[in-house]
Amino acid sequence: MLTLTSPVETWAHPLPAGLKLAALALATTGLFALQTPPALGLACALTGLLFLTGGTSFARTGLRLLWPLWPFVVIVGLWHLWTGNPTLGAAVVLRMVTAVALANFVTMTTRLSEMLAVFQWLARPLAPLGLSPRRLALAFALAIRFIPVMLDRLGQIGMSWRARSPRRPRWRVLVPATLAALDDADHVAEALRARGGAG
Amino acid sequence: MERNLTHIALFAALIAVLGLIPKIDLAGGVPITAQSLGVMLCGTVLGAKRGALAVLLFLALVALGLPLLSGGRGGLSVFASPSVGFLLGFPVAAFVIGWLMERTTLATGLAATAASVIGGIGVLYVFGIIGIAQMTGVSIKEASLGAALSFLPGDAIKAVIAGLVTQSLARMRPASLLSRA
Repeated sequence: MLTLTSPVETWAHPLPAGLKLAALALATTGLFALQTPPALGLACALTGLLFLTGGTSFARTGLRLLWPLWPFVVIVGLWHLWTGNPTLGAAVVLRMVTAVALANFVTMTTRLSEMLAVFQWLARPLAPLGLSPRRLALAFALAIRFIPVMLDRLGQIGMSWRARSPRRPRWRVLVPATLAALDDADHVAEALRARGGAG
Repeated sequence: MERNLTHIALFAALIAVLGLIPKIDLAGGVPITAQSLGVMLCGTVLGAKRGALAVLLFLALVALGLPLLSGGRGGLSVFASPSVGFLLGFPVAAFVIGWLMERTTLATGLAATAASVIGGIGVLYVFGIIGIAQMTGVSIKEASLGAALSFLPGDAIKAVIAGLVTQSLARMRPASLLSRA
């Protein structure tokens, strides 16, 4: 579950992440310029072909990542049918699915480390505001490291709740969870200071 | 300096964790995800600037490709989906909540609930509704109605819980509420 990067190596994996992101920005802007269902349908079909160049299992994963969109597709489709504008409805649904699929393609073919490097490069103008690349990298690393730690801790808090109460844990477990996050933050800050500070 | 950085990082992780836990039964059997509760807590506990930065860090992690949004969604594509407005509104909501917490003289719990309603519902929905209308082609009025029907009950409960959690924190460890320091 750790990242959405596809373990299936495709031709797009070795491409520079910055190039893929720039292409994605361009393609998405282009999608919003297209207005008619046939043009958008063509774009959608081309995106499907793009996924197939990575092999069938890669394409199947790409299709599965589109699944969370289905409530929107159904609601928007029905809505535009009901208001008597199926052309607009088709255009909206096709554009939405294609834009999401293209973004997924970039995410699936780019490693976390490469994406992080692009982000840090993009954030360089923020350095005078105190967001130096070093601090930014540290913040990212800390957050990523502490997600599993806090998930574990929340599980433990839930278990100790169940050990004492026949009822299911409710919002009250959030108090010790938040308190633990605050305590961890203090401890890590102290540890960072002891090792020369965050720079 | 280090404390600011670690608080921002750890609260970004907290928002992520709240979205990952399988819908805990927050109140009276209404199954809701706690992600936006995390955003509210960032504002009420960390204050305006740190709260907004924590939410921005969380969104950056999502954009990097970590599946941290509730339901295991993530990657750049979430910013092309109809929920983009809510995502962009998250940091603004946290900032407004924190800003209100820093200024109001109400009792902590009440202040946190009120700030969460104003920022986490009022401000957030403006962004969310504009996003839905833009991405799906429905009118603002219809998008508002849809958002109100599907999210308002859950978010109202979350605002109350944010107030209760903040109040408990204030009682157990008064110094931990950076928004009121």
